[in-house]
Amino acid sequence: MNDKSPDSHFPTSVFGLPTFLKMNKTLLILKQEYLKRVKKKSFIILTLLVPFLMAGMFALIIFLSINNDKKERNIAVYDESGLFLGEFGNEGYTKYTFIQKEQYTKLSSGLKETEFYGVLYIPGDIYTNNSAQLISEKQIPFEVNEQIERKLSRFIENDKKSKIIAESGIPDLGERLEATKTSISLKTLKISEGGEAKSSSSAMAFGASYAMGFIIYFFVFMYGAMVMRSVMEEKKSRIIEVIISSVKPFELMAGKIIGTALVGLTQVAIWVVLGIAVMFGVQSFFSPETAQQMGQSIMEGQQNMNPAAMQTVEPNKAMEILDMIGNLNLPFILFSFVFYFLFGYLLYSSLMGAVGAAVDNDEDSQQMVFPVTFPLILSIMVLFPIARNPEGPVAFWFSIIPFTSPVAMLARVPYGVPLWELLLSMFLLVLTTIGAIAAAAKIYRIGLLMYGKKVNIKELIKWLRYKN
Amino acid sequence: MEFFSARNVNKVFADTKALTDVNISVNKQSIFGLLGPNGAGKTTLIRIINQITAPDSGEVFLEGRKMSRADIGQIGYLPEERGLYKKMKIGDQAIYLAQLKGMSRHDAIKNLKVWFEKFEIMTWWNKNIEELSKGMQQKVQFITTVVHKPKLLIFDEPFSGFDPINANLLKQEILNLRDEGATIIFSTHNMGSVEELCDHIALINKSHKIVEGQVDEIRARYKSNVFEVKYRGDFDKVSRALSGQIKVLDHIEDKRANQITVEHYNGKSNNDLIQALIPVAEILSFEEKIPSMNDVFIKAVQESNRK
Repeated sequence: MNDKSPDSHFPTSVFGLPTFLKMNKTLLILKQEYLKRVKKKSFIILTLLVPFLMAGMFALIIFLSINNDKKERNIAVYDESGLFLGEFGNEGYTKYTFIQKEQYTKLSSGLKETEFYGVLYIPGDIYTNNSAQLISEKQIPFEVNEQIERKLSRFIENDKKSKIIAESGIPDLGERLEATKTSISLKTLKISEGGEAKSSSSAMAFGASYAMGFIIYFFVFMYGAMVMRSVMEEKKSRIIEVIISSVKPFELMAGKIIGTALVGLTQVAIWVVLGIAVMFGVQSFFSPETAQQMGQSIMEGQQNMNPAAMQTVEPNKAMEILDMIGNLNLPFILFSFVFYFLFGYLLYSSLMGAVGAAVDNDEDSQQMVFPVTFPLILSIMVLFPIARNPEGPVAFWFSIIPFTSPVAMLARVPYGVPLWELLLSMFLLVLTTIGAIAAAAKIYRIGLLMYGKKVNIKELIKWLRYKN
Repeated sequence: MEFFSARNVNKVFADTKALTDVNISVNKQSIFGLLGPNGAGKTTLIRIINQITAPDSGEVFLEGRKMSRADIGQIGYLPEERGLYKKMKIGDQAIYLAQLKGMSRHDAIKNLKVWFEKFEIMTWWNKNIEELSKGMQQKVQFITTVVHKPKLLIFDEPFSGFDPINANLLKQEILNLRDEGATIIFSTHNMGSVEELCDHIALINKSHKIVEGQVDEIRARYKSNVFEVKYRGDFDKVSRALSGQIKVLDHIEDKRANQITVEHYNGKSNNDLIQALIPVAEILSFEEKIPSMNDVFIKAVQESNRK
């Protein structure tokens, strides 16, 4: 029946393999899960595309905002009052041409065949009536509207002012009035527990807290769901029985969760690197000429307002923003971010993995996953109120309760959180995560080989009571 | 020589008994049939051997030692419900599964290539499972079960989904594996293949082991005094001669030879039957009917259900 000698096909050393050469199985699963996802086309496309989409959007906004003003607009001015002749200088890409009454009458019936973008009618009683009229066949941009209003009011204002100066008989009144102009910038300071005052910006903290809460929510949800789908896939394809006859369910779960987390971290790392690269790219593409141009058009626009103030305020503002970012306590925020991200992910992905193991079809998973992810959804719903009032009761309770704290506490961190609250929140989160992993491991082990049973929360609680 | 044994294994799920005091003993380099109706507890026992579930009480031994988690690398398990990763290259997942059983990547590739060549499926290496027919997937699954050269192989309905040609190929490979040193536990409802392959069997019904032993010995044990007699002569005369002493279960009339199937009762012996026949017919052959494994299965299960 058989003429082959034993072992003719096999190396005899398989079982003699020293244990240290045998790869740790969790590590093997981790590697498998990681490579499977990272090699996926959808992952590569999404990971590469997102930063470029973002960069593209920014570039588009900048590009549009520059090119908006590049459009040459020729505006015909019919000055009935006769006050403004020679006072209407071209500004930016907008040019002004003074016309006579006959031409005005002709133009007001239609601009189509002419070189004019619009017609400005300055009535004779502008001094008393404070109103003029701009006719165009297109929607007039806000900047043009604003520019003309400014030119008209500035001229009349200056005219009135010089009349008063002349009447008063004080020769340097003009300069003295100019000197009374004051611009106060409010610098908000926050006294920390050490009594040290630091400048803070509510806007900055608000933005940071909202963004971080949202990032945590997004990643925990996305990668938790990925773990769930991966578990369901193994269960549905029935390969699970072979797998758990080779590895412990817990090793399998750990490998999956850690492997998927590494996928997430890889994605973030690529985004950070690409983001920095793209930022440099955009900068070098637009600057220095483009930046200068942008600066110029802004300066030109504000020339008449307060040239002296402009030049001094702008650099100060920039310094202030840098100062505020510096005062956000970045190492602390970064630490909190990593901590809450890690434990939030562990907590939810282990629960979602357990759900994936308990159900055997997609409809059931939808139903089961909702109660699990509900706290997470709730925390994103209260994110806005928390970011607005980081010391209110909503912020306090949501950032202490473990299921909502990963999002809620992160929203509070940029404003600064009392140490005891932070430690309590972290402690409870770690404790809950450990408990959740233990419970999930149990459900996971029982659920993986359970088919055709409609599983609900009551059933899961029963599983948790099983010994062994 | 005993290779594997289960001793006094008990397992209860919620309120249903899956296994009650089950003992089995499997000899080295033999094929052991694990039989029983659906839901008898076979899969539970297989999962206990695989360390997927733990028994409530009792133990399983491999080569005289209590089995532990570390032994699962020495088991190859082909579950009844097959499945592989749908979106993974066949070669890659075969390597992965072999590595999970503790093989090095290098050895896994080396052994897999031998098997792929043997089954003439080397061209599938870079295909996705989705591209293969069900029978083709079964071949891949079989290879992933045996590639790490396990000492103990557990096949649950290995032939389902195979055409007769491939089923035969598989049968040969199973026998080869046994001859090369593997011990095989074989679970099936196909009693024909049990007769063909198994040395020993155990029959489990409603969590209890009801029959165990060598296949030939069990079949002999279940013979029920039924004989087949070929003769030349008139059936009516034969029937009259036997009436009152021996029960005729069946008869076939043919040009060359008639045949009757009879059952002894009332303590009548073979000689009584022959004496009754001699005056009315010429006896051509006389043979005791050995029940098939199928008959044994049905009879044993029905008897145990009646208790």
